[in-house]
Amino acid sequence: MMDFCLLDILTALLLTVGCFLGISGGVGLYRLPDFFTRQHATGVTDSVCSFAILFALMLQAGFTLVSVKLCFVLVFLIVTSTTATHALAKTALKKGIRPLLGREDKR
Amino acid sequence: MEAAVDIVLLSFLCVTVIVIVYIRKLFCAIMLLGIFSLLSASLFITMDAVDVAFTEAAVGTGISSILLLSALSLTHTRERRPSHQPYLALLVVAVTGAVLVYGTMDLPPFGDPDSAIHRHMAVRFIVDSPQEVGPPNVVTSVLASYRGYDTLGEATVIFTAGIALVGLLGFSRRKEFKVRLGGVLPDTTPVAVQVLDASNAPSTDHLVLRIVGKMFIPLIMLFALYVQFHGDYGPGGGFQAGVIFASAIMLYAMIFNVEKAMLVVTPTALRLLAVLGLMLYGGVGVLCMFLGGNFLDYNVLAHEPLHGQHLGIFLIELGVGITVFAIMVTMFYALGNRKGGSA
Repeated sequence: MMDFCLLDILTALLLTVGCFLGISGGVGLYRLPDFFTRQHATGVTDSVCSFAILFALMLQAGFTLVSVKLCFVLVFLIVTSTTATHALAKTALKKGIRPLLGREDKR
Repeated sequence: MEAAVDIVLLSFLCVTVIVIVYIRKLFCAIMLLGIFSLLSASLFITMDAVDVAFTEAAVGTGISSILLLSALSLTHTRERRPSHQPYLALLVVAVTGAVLVYGTMDLPPFGDPDSAIHRHMAVRFIVDSPQEVGPPNVVTSVLASYRGYDTLGEATVIFTAGIALVGLLGFSRRKEFKVRLGGVLPDTTPVAVQVLDASNAPSTDHLVLRIVGKMFIPLIMLFALYVQFHGDYGPGGGFQAGVIFASAIMLYAMIFNVEKAMLVVTPTALRLLAVLGLMLYGGVGVLCMFLGGNFLDYNVLAHEPLHGQHLGIFLIELGVGITVFAIMVTMFYALGNRKGGSA
């Protein structure tokens, strides 16, 4: 009974963290000044937020086939979302978009 | 709780549609169309229509976005303002919509257990399909066996659309000749970069992208095969599998370039495959007629009706998958190759 409760608490904690990061990523995408900082915001949503939520779901599913499938999704997300962020940032840099880097002048 | 999810999703859908209508930047419109498909897929999930949601996610969010983006490379990225005010069109749409809404008033309420479809069709499909057709996934038995004509029609529609697009855009013959000889053109660029980057940087230095792509393309293909052959037992089938398999080839074409992909999967082979898939479907139907049954009546294919059904469903799903795969990649080639030819 005890460890069951512990699992539930952990799940709730992870879900809360994931939801908070998701919302903060959305706010960041809307509020941050330039391309790279915005991408940082969406990168957080893509990676940590979805990992937290998937971990929470895996805790709820236990040692079942569902957990294995969620694990596959997790691995897929870890590799693809980080790669997408990297490719976008690299393309932007090559195209000539420079980060603001603390300059006062706004666009 | 479910009502709250539905309300949120539907309001998101409405907002997305309104923004799509008003926005002039076509790139944003395409992205919003992808979001629209994803939202509808989530709605289908809340209705427990997993197969439909899977198709919507694979086709609407995945392939259509890629195809529309490649089409964008042929046009301007902004929609021109219309020269006239389309009041007549608005009137026609409003009247049609009103008539349709009036027509829905005669429908039974949503989920009404006394409606005709729940008293006759659904009962037959759910209760009798394990004995009549076999697959545990009722959607597959309905789609492939009870409604085999409709699915044949859908596959034919996709085939026709592909032929029409190739007829409109075409492959330039000279280039195809070069590809067949093995000559890789030097100034070719992948479509994704063309779309995102006007300066046409070659993608040869996207090392991370290439390595990850090489890692994942076989896995995507494997997943497509799983979806194709697991359609009897879970959500999946020919349409989704064909689209997922095509997306693996498209990913290759975008990371490396279209010409290299054309060396792997040649346009000629694709045309043959597209025809072959549809012929396989129709051929199973005709074979059933020769064996003494009706068109697409799989019972006669084997000694036992259930084995015949299994074989028939397997073959026609394979045909659908092959056709969808070939047509999708052909469309992508036609759209991607055009730019390389004119630039």
